[in-house]
Amino acid sequence: MSRNSDDFEAAIKPPTADTVAEFAERKGAIARLQHALHVNPALVPLFVLLVSIVLFTLLLGSRFLSPFALTLILQQVQIVGIVAAAQSLVILTAGIDLSVGAIAVLSSVIMGQFTFRYGVPVEIAVAIGLAFGTLIGSINGWLVAVMKLPPFIVTLGMWQIVLAANFLYSANETIRSQEIEENAPLLQFLGSTFKVGADETGRGGATFTYGVIAMVLIFAFLAYALKHTAWGRHIYAVGDDPDAAQLSGVNVKFTLISVYAVTGFICAIAGWALIGRIGSVSPTSGQLLNIESITAVVIGGISLFGGRGSIMGPLFGALIVGVFTLGLRLAGADAQWTFLLIGALIIGAVAVDQWIRKVSA
Amino acid sequence: MATPLVELKDISISFGGVKAVDHVSLDLHAGEVVGLLGHNGAGKSTLIKILSGAYQKDSGEILIEGKPADIRSPRDARRFNIETIYQTLALADNLDAASNLFLGRELTNALGFVDDGRMEAETAKIMARLNPNFKKLKEPVSALSGGQRQSVAIARAVYFNAKILIMDEPTAALGVHETAMVADLIQELKKQGLGIFLISHDTREMLELCDRVSVMKNGQLIGTERVEDVTEDDILSMIIMGKKPEAA
Ligand SMILES: Nc1ncnc2c1ncn2[C@@H]1O[C@H](COP(=O)(O)OP(=O)(O)OP(=O)(O)O)[C@@H](O)[C@H]1O
Ligand SMILES: [Mg+2]
Repeated sequence: MSRNSDDFEAAIKPPTADTVAEFAERKGAIARLQHALHVNPALVPLFVLLVSIVLFTLLLGSRFLSPFALTLILQQVQIVGIVAAAQSLVILTAGIDLSVGAIAVLSSVIMGQFTFRYGVPVEIAVAIGLAFGTLIGSINGWLVAVMKLPPFIVTLGMWQIVLAANFLYSANETIRSQEIEENAPLLQFLGSTFKVGADETGRGGATFTYGVIAMVLIFAFLAYALKHTAWGRHIYAVGDDPDAAQLSGVNVKFTLISVYAVTGFICAIAGWALIGRIGSVSPTSGQLLNIESITAVVIGGISLFGGRGSIMGPLFGALIVGVFTLGLRLAGADAQWTFLLIGALIIGAVAVDQWIRKVSA
Repeated sequence: MATPLVELKDISISFGGVKAVDHVSLDLHAGEVVGLLGHNGAGKSTLIKILSGAYQKDSGEILIEGKPADIRSPRDARRFNIETIYQTLALADNLDAASNLFLGRELTNALGFVDDGRMEAETAKIMARLNPNFKKLKEPVSALSGGQRQSVAIARAVYFNAKILIMDEPTAALGVHETAMVADLIQELKKQGLGIFLISHDTREMLELCDRVSVMKNGQLIGTERVEDVTEDDILSMIIMGKKPEAA
């Protein structure tokens, strides 16, 4: 459509000779930028991330730009980051997963309840939790790929089902942190920290948790898989044009089911990390993970239309949210400013995406 | 005569109430080009999509080299060495030419990871034969012209040593020169013993390239003629009137 209107304008308004050269040059630079962003869609969120770090550093100095504060941001975004990695896969196939948070929470509840209610060895309870997340994801995938139901509807329903099951099954009961620490520390494993460069009293310095490491590894692993495996290429092709992918011999059903299954699995890992983060197993935690993960993915420059975007984008997207949250808090601003700015970033990111989509014009 | 490469027997399919293909039978021999002609909506694309696995026939039978073939998906069709250039091209717009050419059968290295270097080199090689001016190997195909996109779709169909090639209006977007190259390519593939189904609206071109032409109307087969037995006018009247020419 835009192509036609461009042509139309060009046809009725032939540019005069002297404006033509200038126009071509300007268009050349913009087109090059547009093309660069098309090839490397994570550049925009990376740029926004760096700029926001610089701005908060100018504003807050070493209170913000310290190993301690920066690694605190990592810890604060680890759960959303892991879920955003999972969400990215689904969104790349032009789908959406509203059930991610619910899957994470119920998986964590299952890990806890199997350990404490049934006395299952904790390693096995964790494995069962991970398997459960994978199973729910596979069911989502089956409903989307085989029953051809819209992902939004499938995962809206699954969100309600899993969340209700979560409250029914857990009887709304929290497993306390202390109890876990004494009897099943593995449940909190992803929350355990190690420090780099702290002083003798153990203060300051960079603090990492295994959950943060897990988040980084998941992103690295998915980035590699998306770029260097046929599976990754098929995810992009299916998100781009499922009919064309099917006619090209891609196994569209398998691709979709596997994407939702992997998403469920990663959400269960997020559930495990959630226990580490809050210490306890709480059925009421993680309620906003679906919206927060979609926010990170959109700010990260992955197109909601599918088929385009880099998985590293949502990592930067999650970090941007983390930087704004901590930065504004340190600056003493009302937390509502964070939401306001994130909201503006979401709209800005989608506008940039629309602009990049015109690269073919 | 030898067993035909492909026999389509009494094929029917409807969409809702529309009989898109209505009891059509066709065959194709090795080293032969069979043309399909007919009005827009006559059912040409639908018929060949049944052979290529894109649609499931309601009834009828497909034989490949005399044996019944169960083709339920494009991947099944590939197993019978059937390659297709779709009218809609069926390209993934955000992927580049090489990724499209090898989509669904990526070249991989010893570790099972995709080998982009080799795929690009192979793509450059085949594209040089089809469209020597083609340079945009690394652009998403959405950034290509209509003719360039069509060249990518043709390259994809001829690269993989097909035995049966289906070309649904392969030159619709091509320039004069590129169209001539495709005509040469068809002659060459035919010499190599491929069987080719060709769909086009250019009657004259069809009479030059094909050994036989079949005309469809409203989902039905009007008739199949050897090109040396008919004139362009005969074909046109078959398309328009939906009747076989009077035997001369
Ligand atoms: N997927 C579909 N769903 C519903 N109807 C369809 C579908 N595909 C084709 N048809 C109908 O089947 C009939 C035959 O269409 P087809 O595409 O085979 O025509 P064609 O001969 O290839 O025409 P053209 O020359 O325009 O390409 C048309 O009436 C069309 O509307
Ligand atoms: Mg057609």
